[in-house]
Amino acid sequence: MADRADFATEAMQYAGQLYSAALRMTRNRADAEDLVQETYLRAYRSFHTFDEGTNLRAWLFRILTNTFINTYRAKQRRPVEDDLGDIEDLYLYKRIGNLDASRSAEDTLLEMFTDDEVKQALEELPENFRLPVLLADVEDFSYKEIAGILDIPIGTVMSRLHRGRKAMQKKLTEYVTERGLVSRSVDEAQIHG
Amino acid sequence: MGDCNETLRELEQFLDDELSSDAHDAIHAHLEGCTDCLEAFDFHAELRQLIAVKCRNDELPPGLLTRIEQCFGEEG
Repeated sequence: MADRADFATEAMQYAGQLYSAALRMTRNRADAEDLVQETYLRAYRSFHTFDEGTNLRAWLFRILTNTFINTYRAKQRRPVEDDLGDIEDLYLYKRIGNLDASRSAEDTLLEMFTDDEVKQALEELPENFRLPVLLADVEDFSYKEIAGILDIPIGTVMSRLHRGRKAMQKKLTEYVTERGLVSRSVDEAQIHG
Repeated sequence: MGDCNETLRELEQFLDDELSSDAHDAIHAHLEGCTDCLEAFDFHAELRQLIAVKCRNDELPPGLLTRIEQCFGEEG
């Protein structure tokens, strides 16, 4: 990029995505705003290190993630490592897959959950799992890009995605169960049956 | 063509578009002949879309863009 002004113009188009991601990371608006502002400032200062022809969006997300980890992690109360427990594969599908299939076309999975429920299910994941799921499922980065952004091996990206996604599905299942859309879970039926 | 368990084990990598083209084609071939697996794959593709749509729609706080641009200005 020729100069800083060009860089700024190019980079600003990602502000919305970066802000949403910052909200999922910090879980509050004030910190998310600060995080995005700090990210742009750092990017602006080091724009000369950006390798033109590489992915600007991935580069910005790397700065966002590093800034979050270095600046805001200390403020988060939750431990970095959390045990998600053993959750079976296809957790949500096994519980609401049939329900979804029997519903009409316009009444899809998308309408079963509110925005806040889906956001909360993601935000409640421990950070180690939340960041890979956010980068893959929301931001559509490849395993390789996520490995680069988080500075972890690809195998670790895959296992955290797998476990994080299952934990998120378990949370979503709780919402539909609470609402009575599905009867109490299979596990409970087994315990009490 | 793999069996259902093998196919379901590859579900995430398939939806993440991370399989080799041969492995991707093999899953495709299985899905064409297996309604059960196809339903599971469709469900998870839809779930992923749900997460992407609902976790990315936050409104930018008014003034944030201006504040960032002001920062750039101060940096020169």
